[in-house]
Amino acid sequence: MNRRPARRAPGRTPFVRHLAAAAALLALGGCDTVVMNPAGDVAVQQSHLIVWSVVLMLLIIIPVMALTVVFAWRYREQNTEASYEPDWDHSTGLELVIWAAPLLIIIALGALTWVGTHTLDPYRPLARTAPGKPVAATQKPLEVQVVSLDWKWLFIYPEQGVATVNELVVPVDRPVKFTMTSSSVMNALWIPSMAGMIYTMPGMETVLHGVLNRTGRFEGRSGNYSGAGFSHMTFWTHSVTPARFDQWVAGVKRNRWQLDLGTYRKLEKPSEKVRPIGFGAIDRSLFPRIVGMCVNPGTTCMQGMSHAGPAVNDRPQAPGEAEGALTRDPSQKGESPHISAPKGNAPGAAQPGAEDNRNMTQLDLPAPLRATASKEA
Amino acid sequence: MSDDLIKTIFGRLTLESFPIHEPILVGTFIMVAIGGAAVLGALTYFKLWGYLWKEWFTSVDHKKIGIMYIVLALIMFLRGFADALMMRAQQAMAFGGSEGFLPAHHYDQVFTAHGVIMIFFVAMPFVTGLMNYVVPLQIGARDVSFPFLNNFSFWMTVSGAVTVMMSLFVGEFARTGWLAMAPLSGLDYSPDVGVDYYIWALQIAGVGTLLSGVNLLATIIKMRAPGMSLMQMPIFTWSALVTNVLIVAAFPVLTAVLAMLSLDRYIGTNFFTNTGGGNPMMYVNMIWIWGHPEVYILILPAFGVFSEVVSTFSGKRLFGYTSMVYALIVICILSYLVWLHHFFTMGSGASVNSFFGITTMIISIPTGAKIFNWLFTMYRGRIRFELPMMWAVAFMLTFVVGGMTGVMLAVPPADFQFHNSLFLIAHFHNVIIGGVLFGMFAGVNYWWPKAFGFKLDRFWGTISFWCWVVGFWVAFTPLYVLGLMGVTRRLRAFEDPSLQIWFVIAAIGALIIAAGIGAMLMQFYVSIRDREKLRDVTGDPWNGRTLEWATSSPPPAYNFAFTPVVHDLDAWHDMKSKKAERPTTGFRAIHMPKNTGAGIILAGLSTVFGVAMIWYIWWLAALSFVALIATAIGHTFNYDRDFHIPAEDVVNSEDARTRALQSAGV
Repeated sequence: MNRRPARRAPGRTPFVRHLAAAAALLALGGCDTVVMNPAGDVAVQQSHLIVWSVVLMLLIIIPVMALTVVFAWRYREQNTEASYEPDWDHSTGLELVIWAAPLLIIIALGALTWVGTHTLDPYRPLARTAPGKPVAATQKPLEVQVVSLDWKWLFIYPEQGVATVNELVVPVDRPVKFTMTSSSVMNALWIPSMAGMIYTMPGMETVLHGVLNRTGRFEGRSGNYSGAGFSHMTFWTHSVTPARFDQWVAGVKRNRWQLDLGTYRKLEKPSEKVRPIGFGAIDRSLFPRIVGMCVNPGTTCMQGMSHAGPAVNDRPQAPGEAEGALTRDPSQKGESPHISAPKGNAPGAAQPGAEDNRNMTQLDLPAPLRATASKEA
Repeated sequence: MSDDLIKTIFGRLTLESFPIHEPILVGTFIMVAIGGAAVLGALTYFKLWGYLWKEWFTSVDHKKIGIMYIVLALIMFLRGFADALMMRAQQAMAFGGSEGFLPAHHYDQVFTAHGVIMIFFVAMPFVTGLMNYVVPLQIGARDVSFPFLNNFSFWMTVSGAVTVMMSLFVGEFARTGWLAMAPLSGLDYSPDVGVDYYIWALQIAGVGTLLSGVNLLATIIKMRAPGMSLMQMPIFTWSALVTNVLIVAAFPVLTAVLAMLSLDRYIGTNFFTNTGGGNPMMYVNMIWIWGHPEVYILILPAFGVFSEVVSTFSGKRLFGYTSMVYALIVICILSYLVWLHHFFTMGSGASVNSFFGITTMIISIPTGAKIFNWLFTMYRGRIRFELPMMWAVAFMLTFVVGGMTGVMLAVPPADFQFHNSLFLIAHFHNVIIGGVLFGMFAGVNYWWPKAFGFKLDRFWGTISFWCWVVGFWVAFTPLYVLGLMGVTRRLRAFEDPSLQIWFVIAAIGALIIAAGIGAMLMQFYVSIRDREKLRDVTGDPWNGRTLEWATSSPPPAYNFAFTPVVHDLDAWHDMKSKKAERPTTGFRAIHMPKNTGAGIILAGLSTVFGVAMIWYIWWLAALSFVALIATAIGHTFNYDRDFHIPAEDVVNSEDARTRALQSAGV
């Protein structure tokens, strides 16, 4: 955490100086990172847990490493002055120490873990937004519904009635509750400045609470590999003042595109490197339908007809769903919306940058969405 | 020919299945083809086929099978490391809009293959090979309990490796990550042959692993020399016993979960699908119920090697043998109670997460005790810094850091930040390279003179050692930092230019490791060239303590002319200190198992079956499956399975050893 550069000591050899510089760089690199120096209270507490666990373990790691070096040096064969006891192989006292010392540290760390895991449970509404700033019982968190699509993020703001793709805007110091699901495969929502990650899973709903205590722009990405477009499944999280947030909502509302079932079905098709899109209106039943795996017309939702309550995956298989290779028509084999093999004449490694290598992700969004996307940019 | 007929004959195998548009693969193929042709040509020219077939491929001798396992591991290691270099290069290049040199389709196969190969076809054959070679010698046995099964297990592992290698040039490999997590690995999201290659390679190799576990377990339980109680077994044999208990208990879970995945993919069941009642989280749970014990399957034999090495080269009895044994058993049991720590981030409740976090931390107690025991074995010893001991000290210094970061990952709220990040990648390479690989290298340097009768060259061994240790830290320290900077695994291209320097450093580290690998190959070459200079005729070059050093190097086919009788923990040390005389008369004929080609034939048929299933060539799958069953049944009618080494042969080889020992003045 020390930002001062390594001081140049006179008389040291260049090698030692380089070593010192490298160590300082490492310490800087290790401490001034997004995980260790984040902008949100949850992530800050997580970084404190990391520091505490390291400190507790160093209590035993440092002596062990030092003893290894000391013993290896002292009892080397050439040192005939050191004592040599070839048959000494037991000491009850030492055995007690070497089992008890790690045990004590693990008891301390275990207690810390139990308490920390419960207070930082991602499902638990935040009790404070910063040290000494408790959340009032009346203050509701900002609700954001998150859907990980192939390979982009959809954020739905049910209260505000707007939705965005690949751009998250939250008011500073206000708790945020993410309710999350996925359209096809598993991903994980990770905004390291805000809070650790939680998976998004198809047909299931997960929850994550977090807050950002500084305004600014923070990186978000998927924390779980999900296929060809995974690398670019990133988005910016903007933490803004409440007034600026209202302004932003009003701005998005002016956008004429409405996120209804039809638009969603186009949007969920694989695409990557998608620029931010704003939807001025939303269909509020959309998120429960995505969780219930029933965005296609005529499919029954997992929650039953009500579209409410928890999704239970006991719905009978619809025709065409999850067929095995043996029952598929030969022409269907190798076909999938999620396929990542380039189609047609991809030059492959001969021209790694060629767009043809990427056409497996059906890069083109449907035309109206594409127009919106470029306007936003 | 009609289209349907072609599809019936070739399944989904078409001309497009051959990646002729990928210059990297075509280049690799040409290199492999030239190299392969050269090897095959040389074998033919020097008329070695018959020798290889008779003396090695069909051999049921545990020593030869052990060596073949390790050769397989080294060959596959070169492939897995080539994948690693490609990843390092790609990640060091792909910045600022550059896509690097690998498209997603290729890169995603590379990281999947790297993980699968390094775990299943490098680390596993390495530890299995070492256990196979050493355990029967350490317990004074003539061979394993089921010698044919041993040969069969080895060839099944080879068959799995061949299947993975085939995916390089025919079709493609999985693009799912090394555990092929559902639903991504389901037919809906991975419709091509990649995941099928993955499934069948692991299923076939898994048969070998499971059977070899059963075999070694039976060997250790039933075939110990008279007088060797469980608590007098050498500690490496203890670690092998615990490891094989883990293998026998864990691998059926992997077999079951992959079988369910293949049912989903082939006949449309809904075990792990998103709809129809399936549950992809179940896949994640089940694969880690196998996967966590698996990491202990890899590390425990390495612990065993270090225990032997530290004790031998410190010239001391192992400190705290009993507590070492109990530590192994505790680790064995606890390794089944921690699997959920691989997915704290999947939304379990706080109490469930804490439970699994704390059980994970508890494993560090017996592990810590083991480190202390090695430390106090060195205490008041006379440490000879031969190559194996150098690896052991490097291990102790490296592994504790990996252990520390492992406990950091076990704190669930911290894991929410570390999960799937490069910090995690750095952690498990820290324990797998710093623990398993260093252990295997220590073991190779330690037991090589036993296997071949000459020591390994020290100069090149030292160079390799330093390149590996330095290279490891240069390659993986940046990954720890990058993890803290919020970088996840399996990324192919990056936007933030400030990350690039760390990837460049990591790539340099990988190159230093490459130099270490080169030096190691050089070490093998130089040692074989200078074998007469490095010759050891005593059979006990390190002043060893356990029974394997009591016989000649390399040991005769029958290992021991007379079954040794054990009175103390370090049996050979005990015999030496009591000045026990080596028997030189009274040899008798020795009953031994006979070589058989059934193992290699069965494994060959399994490969054909696997490939047919992968490519949907149903007629060939049915045919090879029937052939497989018929051959297996046919082999049970082979009653010509054993023979006696005549007494005069035993006399001749034992007399030769007597003369050699006399001329060496021992």
